[in-house]
Amino acid sequence: MCLGIPGQIKSIYEDHGTKMAKVDFGGVSREVCTEMIPEAQPGDWTIIHAGFALNLLSEEEAQDTLEILQQMADLADQEDLTGDN
Amino acid sequence: MIINGDTPGFLSGFRNADRVKAIIEKIHQRTSQHWTLMEICGGQTHAIMQYGLDQLLPDEIELVHGPGCPVCVTALELIDQALWIARAQDVIFTSFGDMLRVPGSDGDLFSVRAGGGQVRVVYSPMDAVKIAQENPHKEVVFFAIGFETTAPANAMAVLQAHKLGLSNFSILPANVLVPPAMHAILSSPGNRIQGFLAAGHVCTVMGYWEYPPIAKQYHTPIVVTGFEPLDLVTGIYQTINLLEDGQVTVENAYPRAVTFQGNQVAQSIINQVFEPVDRNWRGIGMIPNSGYGLQVEYQSFDAASRFDTGDIHTAESELCIAGQVLQGIKKPFECSAFGTLCTPQTPLGAPMVSAEGACAAYYNYKRG
Repeated sequence: MCLGIPGQIKSIYEDHGTKMAKVDFGGVSREVCTEMIPEAQPGDWTIIHAGFALNLLSEEEAQDTLEILQQMADLADQEDLTGDN
Repeated sequence: MIINGDTPGFLSGFRNADRVKAIIEKIHQRTSQHWTLMEICGGQTHAIMQYGLDQLLPDEIELVHGPGCPVCVTALELIDQALWIARAQDVIFTSFGDMLRVPGSDGDLFSVRAGGGQVRVVYSPMDAVKIAQENPHKEVVFFAIGFETTAPANAMAVLQAHKLGLSNFSILPANVLVPPAMHAILSSPGNRIQGFLAAGHVCTVMGYWEYPPIAKQYHTPIVVTGFEPLDLVTGIYQTINLLEDGQVTVENAYPRAVTFQGNQVAQSIINQVFEPVDRNWRGIGMIPNSGYGLQVEYQSFDAASRFDTGDIHTAESELCIAGQVLQGIKKPFECSAFGTLCTPQTPLGAPMVSAEGACAAYYNYKRG
């Protein structure tokens, strides 16, 4: 239930005054409520729980994390090489 | 979680096996003694087992599985109440699918449906509101379970029903909260937990501003952790680093989804509809201020007061040790019924039912 599913917002609209969006989950499209993320735009990635988009995924933060982890991995490789010598 | 060829690199990168192996290597290098960590969320327990991460970690690191499985901790009294309401005439009882096979004292929601009760699975509580609109002569009740991740959806359903003037819609409030459970675990006399992996998606809603005082009070580092393999090993690595360095701080290993303050729109909707109440956790007991009840203004949407269920006498399975499993005291395979009398097809306790239950994780991924 807490294992939210990431999806990409395709379009945003209103249904009886409620903010909604069409979200694509790897080819499967669903309507979700975006009342909790009023700043959402088409193209944004979000995590869905129980039919509600609860946050926007930050591409910048994700890239930063991956870069740091890659640097650590590269460092580990270098240490392995040093160890072999 | 759906990841396919169209998923951008900034998301699929968190499943990269080489990066995962590199972090696991770092964990091996850094670990100098036995450490006991708890992952609170059952979704994380399943991901750890699914990817075999538990088998790649050093023997010195023990992962204890927390109570973060909503259907597992929903009080037996509430489930019996749900069964009573679902059996009543002219009621359409709606619930997330996970709840249908959770055993009450006398049957489950599936057996109520087999007996002629109108029990429907919904994907979102808003679907239940729609059912209420379409069935004005029926009482439509939604079983509002879950942690802080479902609370915004449950609150919005109440607001929507209020806005639409629906007098035939109500919820059975059953939300539970993570920080009070952390207090309960850390203050229990037999506590062994030295570091926490905090549940990433609960933190997308609530942020992690509630955690620094907990870390300080119990001298226990807390690291907000996501759900992909790389997220999980990074969360474990950061926790081990803090423990090895003797640091008691709160870190965020899931920054692409979590901010310190969380989603303040969602928090304000929750606070508009709900207020903290004491709640019984199945297998654990009463934890103060650990659940959400309806604010006075919305109490007419409370199914518990709309239906007079009378005195409910609960009866747990005598064999099931779910309570000890949920508190991290025992592992699922230490139960005499595990895998024999109790399987996902014939569960004696809720942790064997749910996609987030520790017993189901051990059974499905053949641990023990």
